[in-house]
Amino acid sequence: MTQLVPVLSAHWDEKDSFTIEAYTRHGGYKASQKALTMDPDAVIQMVKDSGLRGRGGAGFPTGMKWGFIPQGDNKDHYLVVNADESEPGTCKDTPLLMANPHVLIEGCIIACHAIRAKHAFIYIRGEVTHVVRRMNQAIEDAYKAGHLGNGVELVLHVGAGAYICGEETALLDSLEGFRGQPRLRPPFPAIAGLYARPTVVNNVESIASVPAIIANGAEWYQSMGTEKSKGTTLYSLSGHVNNPGQFEAPLGITLREILELSGGIRTGHTLKFWTPGGSSTPIFTQDHLDTPLDYEGVSAAGSMLGTKALQIFDETTCVVRAVLRWTEFYKHESCGKCTPCREGTWWLVQILRDLEAGKGTEADLAKLLDLCDNILGRSFCALGDGATSPITSSIKYFRDEYIAHITHGGCPFDPVASTLFVGVGA
Amino acid sequence: MTTAEIVDMITVVIDGFEVSVPKGTLVIRAAEQLGIQIPRFCDHPLLDPVGACRQCLVDIEINGRAFPKPQASCTIPVEPGMIVKTQLTSPVADKAQQGVMELLLINHPLDCPVCDKGGECPLQNQALSSGHSESRFQGVKRTFEKPINISSQVLLDRERCVLCARCTRFSEQIASDPFITLNERGALQQVGIYEKQPFTSYFSGNTVQICPVGALTGASYRFRARPFDLVSTPSACEHCASGCDMRTDVRRGKTLRRLAGEDASVNEEWNCDKGRWAFKYVTAVDRLAHPQIRNSDGELVQASWPEALAAAAQGLKASASAVLIGGRTTHEDAYGYSKFARIALNTNDIDFRSRVSSDEEREFLATHIVGSTTTYLDIDRADHVVLVGFEPEEESPIVFLRINKQFRKRALKVTSIGSKLSIGVEKLKGEFVKVAPGEEATAIAGLPLTAKSVILVGERASESAGVLSAVAALASSTSAKVAWIPRRAGERGALEAGAIGNLLPGGRPVSDASARVDIAALWNAPSLPTTVGRSNDEIYAAVNSGDLGALLVGGVDPLDGLNSTAALAALDKAFVVSLEIAPSEVTQRANVILPVAAITEKSGSFLNWEGRARKFDAAVDNSLNRSDLRILSMIAQEMGVSLNLGTVTAAAKEIASIGTWDGARATMKPIKSGKTESLKDNEFILTSWRRLLDLGTLQKGEDNLAGTARQCVAVISPKRAASLGVVDGDQLKISSALGAVTLPALVEDIHDDAVWAPRNSRGSQLLVNLGAAHGAVVTVVKI
Repeated sequence: MTQLVPVLSAHWDEKDSFTIEAYTRHGGYKASQKALTMDPDAVIQMVKDSGLRGRGGAGFPTGMKWGFIPQGDNKDHYLVVNADESEPGTCKDTPLLMANPHVLIEGCIIACHAIRAKHAFIYIRGEVTHVVRRMNQAIEDAYKAGHLGNGVELVLHVGAGAYICGEETALLDSLEGFRGQPRLRPPFPAIAGLYARPTVVNNVESIASVPAIIANGAEWYQSMGTEKSKGTTLYSLSGHVNNPGQFEAPLGITLREILELSGGIRTGHTLKFWTPGGSSTPIFTQDHLDTPLDYEGVSAAGSMLGTKALQIFDETTCVVRAVLRWTEFYKHESCGKCTPCREGTWWLVQILRDLEAGKGTEADLAKLLDLCDNILGRSFCALGDGATSPITSSIKYFRDEYIAHITHGGCPFDPVASTLFVGVGA
Repeated sequence: MTTAEIVDMITVVIDGFEVSVPKGTLVIRAAEQLGIQIPRFCDHPLLDPVGACRQCLVDIEINGRAFPKPQASCTIPVEPGMIVKTQLTSPVADKAQQGVMELLLINHPLDCPVCDKGGECPLQNQALSSGHSESRFQGVKRTFEKPINISSQVLLDRERCVLCARCTRFSEQIASDPFITLNERGALQQVGIYEKQPFTSYFSGNTVQICPVGALTGASYRFRARPFDLVSTPSACEHCASGCDMRTDVRRGKTLRRLAGEDASVNEEWNCDKGRWAFKYVTAVDRLAHPQIRNSDGELVQASWPEALAAAAQGLKASASAVLIGGRTTHEDAYGYSKFARIALNTNDIDFRSRVSSDEEREFLATHIVGSTTTYLDIDRADHVVLVGFEPEEESPIVFLRINKQFRKRALKVTSIGSKLSIGVEKLKGEFVKVAPGEEATAIAGLPLTAKSVILVGERASESAGVLSAVAALASSTSAKVAWIPRRAGERGALEAGAIGNLLPGGRPVSDASARVDIAALWNAPSLPTTVGRSNDEIYAAVNSGDLGALLVGGVDPLDGLNSTAALAALDKAFVVSLEIAPSEVTQRANVILPVAAITEKSGSFLNWEGRARKFDAAVDNSLNRSDLRILSMIAQEMGVSLNLGTVTAAAKEIASIGTWDGARATMKPIKSGKTESLKDNEFILTSWRRLLDLGTLQKGEDNLAGTARQCVAVISPKRAASLGVVDGDQLKISSALGAVTLPALVEDIHDDAVWAPRNSRGSQLLVNLGAAHGAVVTVVKI
């Protein structure tokens, strides 16, 4: 059985893990010193060799992304770290930055060296004030220690609360001071990104994984994970489980294993459905407990690894209700740029509300699916696609439950039963 | 003129048909070449692709590799080996388009029956071509307060908006006026303005025209008509010398709106708000309807046409006469005046420059401008554009758009020579060569230009002695191209028609005997007058001194000159025949008034600054009003002279037969620049220009348009403001010997010696109030 392998999270349980002292105590900033003596191309090659893939959801090979930056073009290059973690269920970057902000800073130093950038920006979700403060302190400490300011400047930019700004080009617009909406590609950020300069945009976890790769070598990293999904990653377990939290394991671990290692489903209950990678990845059921949670395995089973946000729902949960809540989120967060997402989410919510209230018909289900077909792959960016995932997948697995709402004339579930406070004070 | 540019052609297959298009062509445009119309909203050929509406989705494969999902054909350039399947051949593309159309309509109100756009609405049309006949939407539509003003002339109905971002992209990419933007998100996204800065762009009307739904409407047209009740006539804009193609829409004899026409080599698909929204003067209640004669009691009384024509002929024959015409006569009308002066009045005393002008300018026009062929294309290809006495955004807006296009595309270098940095030059990031008013000539000599540079000279260049001489010298030493861009639409045509004292039609110098023989032969005249004619100011002076006794005046405002006192005195003294559309300072003093047709009531053509002719027909075809040309023919007949210009067609034919002048060009006597003034503490040198939107006669009654005029201010430099203790908003009184104007101060980038005020705006009519507009010393005090 696959075991947990804490790399990123190795020292999170130490009280002072977030300080520069603790980070240095555990060998921090040695990897960047090593990287700075290496040829930038060698650093890129090492990251390529390690097999590290983007941890933000798409799984694009990180080293390859760095290699796209044109060299010798006499232009400024930028590194932008996407810390706008906003996907429902996703909660890995926030604890990572709370527990160990310096690993990201060191990753930035190495990445900047590799792509020949002098400036890095961390675009962080504005709601997580405590993380912003901790990150700011860490940056200040890194400047004082001379890790920053000697060739790499690092700026922390606080977002203003828009899910769309997690989309890399919308993030760049927002970072430039505009309203965040996705940009037309091409040009891709590697050619014309921030301020129309070659830019690498990486997820927090991707960059934070780099120091360990430099320190321990590509082969070490390669030795973990599956054939095409290398290394360890953070799985965020939440919902109806006894012990929610971050579980770092090699890619390819299964939910069954994670549940066993973590303490299982809420006692006395059974698994009903779950998301493998946040709310915009099609849901899974009990049947997928043994699906390897790597990029290929999840994809083969009809969903996406996404951000590895494992939201667990037990049998007390009404799937219609859960899907409606997610859909309301997408309607609220649709940026408005393209028609399918903007108008489609507006409409989806109205149909789902009717269905949940028992005012729908079976024809509405057909309409809902057809509507999703008109949104999926027709939108400007992936937000619209993501909005359809929970709907189509839930109808696929739980069509009967939708029908039950229609025949029952309302929701057959007791909403209190699914809460954490059920039974408390009874 | 054009060198063949080698273009890579790419062949693609669309719906089974091959088409070859230049590299870089978008799929949606390549399909158009085959007559395949892919529905679209956000796509506009002159705006950058955005891919927002998703209406134009098609299936694409390249070299056998298919895109996994339909692609927006408005964002993807053709590639070799590309096979495109539109809604006509791909069920997937067809369903995608139907789906997007259905989504666009769920939040769109069903108010087509009361919407201005109904009948010419791309949403309506494409909903029929690419949509379901019934909606499956049974929910609640998004609602907003209907309509809100985003400026005094543009109204926004947010419920109707499909958020295609054409308006916001136009304002940013074409006009460089990013005063509107998309706000909020999701279905509540909406076009908005910054609360402290409304949509005061000179080009805002274009957003109404390119709006694919009825979300943006013009205040002056809203609820006035249905498109299918309008009769459209291609027309030419009479407001400035840019030369826009226009469309005039008339219902029952009344112009209800004007739109920008399409001319890729001139205005592309744009025009300015003045051209679009200033046309009510034609239907103003005070239009002159009948001929009038001043009786023995000095009163104007209505007369019959035969009486009035006879009186006019008699008066003009009785003494030495001269001709004054305004800047907005058509080419054919100006030709009529030119011929009338020579063969009916036997004089070269004719001038179309009813404004501040100089002899240096007249020589410059005769030597460098008449017959010249500098065009918009030269701006497109220029390595450097120099602006002399010319503010393109205010004085020829389409020239501004063209320079701006090249600036945005390839950072075209722009240099402006003047005293005050303008908003337009700032937008072009132009190099501003700051000189004191009157010293422009010194800044011109030595500019590093090449044969690919273009010097754009405005009519105000004549207001500083030596400027035009310096331009002529610079052009000859660097081979740079020169263009003269007057403000008014008719001036270039009048110049080519010889409606000026030193030139006969076709650029033939009056002083050249063979030129005179040439034209005399054409006109069947025994000979033509040999003396070079008087200029505008000289004509007024000659009336006042008794050398001239009668004036034939067409479309002139005597208050437009520097010495309006002399002009009005001359009009009081002379026997005046006035051809006019509405009561004016001239008709008040006229002995005979002959009402003429306004622009929409007659045919003709204008030559724009390039010399390019734009012909137009009468938009209102049942007008009883006659063109100037027709009336001149009738007066001439009364005088026993035949003009042979019975119709506009006849005049156009005769003009076409003149041919180019291959004889010696006139020569120019260089003039030295004026002296430098030494100024006391509160003395400044005045400078000014006319704003696009101001008190111009043709903007009368257009209150919505006037609402977007720029603020009237007096501008002084930070240094002078400090020494006078002036801050923004203080009231400044600018005085000359004649009078004063008082305006709020604005401290800005201007030469320390200069004070700037708008030339003809509310509360600041400098020529009338101060008797000066540029180069005169005035005093400025804070009050």
